[in-house]
Amino acid sequence: MSRAFVQIDNVAMRYGGVEGTLALEGCSLEVQEGEFVAVVGPSGCGKSTLMRLVSGLWPATDGNVLVAEREVDGPLSLVGMAFQNPTLLPWRRILDNVMLPLEVVPAHRKRLRSERAKYEAKALELLKLVGLDGFGGKFPYQLSGGMQQRTSLCRALIHEPPLLMLDEPFSALDVFTREDLWAVLQQVWMARKPTVILVTHDLREAAYLADRVLVMSARPGRIIAERRVPFPRPRTMETTFLPEFTELVADLRSYIAAARKGEEVENVPA
Amino acid sequence: MSQRSNARLEAMAAAARRHRRLQAWLPWIVIASTFLLWEAAVEVLGVSTFILPAPTDVWAAAVRWWKPLLDDSLQTLITTLIGFGLAVVAGLLLGVAIGSSTLVYKGLYPLLIAFNSIPKVAVVPVLIVWFGIGVWPAIITAFLISFFPIVVNVATGIATVEPELRDVLRALGAKPSDIIRKVGLPRAMPYFFASLKVAITVAFVGSIIAESVAPNAGIGRLMMVASSRFDVPLVFAGLIVTGIMGIALYWIAEWIERRTTGWATRGQDQNLATGG
Repeated sequence: MSRAFVQIDNVAMRYGGVEGTLALEGCSLEVQEGEFVAVVGPSGCGKSTLMRLVSGLWPATDGNVLVAEREVDGPLSLVGMAFQNPTLLPWRRILDNVMLPLEVVPAHRKRLRSERAKYEAKALELLKLVGLDGFGGKFPYQLSGGMQQRTSLCRALIHEPPLLMLDEPFSALDVFTREDLWAVLQQVWMARKPTVILVTHDLREAAYLADRVLVMSARPGRIIAERRVPFPRPRTMETTFLPEFTELVADLRSYIAAARKGEEVENVPA
Repeated sequence: MSQRSNARLEAMAAAARRHRRLQAWLPWIVIASTFLLWEAAVEVLGVSTFILPAPTDVWAAAVRWWKPLLDDSLQTLITTLIGFGLAVVAGLLLGVAIGSSTLVYKGLYPLLIAFNSIPKVAVVPVLIVWFGIGVWPAIITAFLISFFPIVVNVATGIATVEPELRDVLRALGAKPSDIIRKVGLPRAMPYFFASLKVAITVAFVGSIIAESVAPNAGIGRLMMVASSRFDVPLVFAGLIVTGIMGIALYWIAEWIERRTTGWATRGQDQNLATGG
């Protein structure tokens, strides 16, 4: 593999014109194909901005963003996204919400009419995988927040995107639901091996899920530290009680504490 | 213990049933008591029929003139519905345009507001000059008066789509037309139906104004003719028939609204799924 699947080179992003807020500056990172990378950082450090740049929702002010060796100049249909809120369409039943990307992504929308049964079976299978068997006919308001977030995860996966962008997808959930969904996400990732970029402020979440954790500085954000996560998969809740795990989380925490104070962190080689 | 809680549940269910029954009957009770009060007031105070006819006088006039009353109200109903139908089509199209483009919004909105501030009575003579005395001035007045609320509501519904919802589709490479079709329009539907309930009632106002200014046909003309003959009970009969038509169409709009946008009112009696 000569080049990384996602390559961000010296990217800057400024909001609101020349005098606006500088959200990112000199931000560089690489993600290999099939890798699970978590990005953590103090709040307001531009993590979500990074997501939007990679998925092509916003153009970068400076620098290059390459995905699959192509310069990103607009939204990519090879991306699946999930946000902090479930962002389900309230007028659609759960199954129809999950199938929404199929109606939009060019490769699928042509075949959707003729192969609807096949696609529906696939959506139902995904719902089953995340523990929503039998809820396809419900409306979003009939489901709890955690169930809506599971649906949102299914919607991000249904068109089998090679790149999954998760923007704090579990942060609005209670701890137990969140830990359930970590297991679900790990299971999905192990089954399909998509490239994943997960933005989160939960350090345990990052350490549980990712192959590699990147730490961002305070605004303007850039990557100031990187840690490889050594634990074998599948990881379980027991993994999180290992002393090594606790140590890793403590390290990450100290990077972030330093970043909040604006100190330079010595980059730890992976 | 469980017996007691069962009894309590049953009592609560019975109270809910009584409440629902009261809700269903309340409008009729209010209408009936209004008429009774009216009748009694006219009787007791000895108001002359010429000033305020009692409901029984109105009823007598309605029975006596049932044929022209029926013909003219049907005429007004058709005129109103045509104008209203045109307003729905034009209002949806313009509402989508205004709601999805800031340029169209900034460009058109001041003109629309100016136009809506013009009293429609003042427009009718112009319409008569253009289209002659006939059904068209009434149709167009109904259209003009009911068009605005539809535009404003549909535009609001589309313009207030949550950015995150739009991002979900944009991230998938959706075209702007996809976003309007899949997110904007469905989201604007509750707003659209809310505006229909306003629009249908003001559409009546429009067509009746035109019918009274340019008396050709319809319930407006009937009331003009009746008042010029000092037949006040018949004028009141016309007013009441108009009110009844308004309520009927309002109910139809509400029924369609309930059938199509139940998600927005989130059926309160449905059980929430648990877990998560």
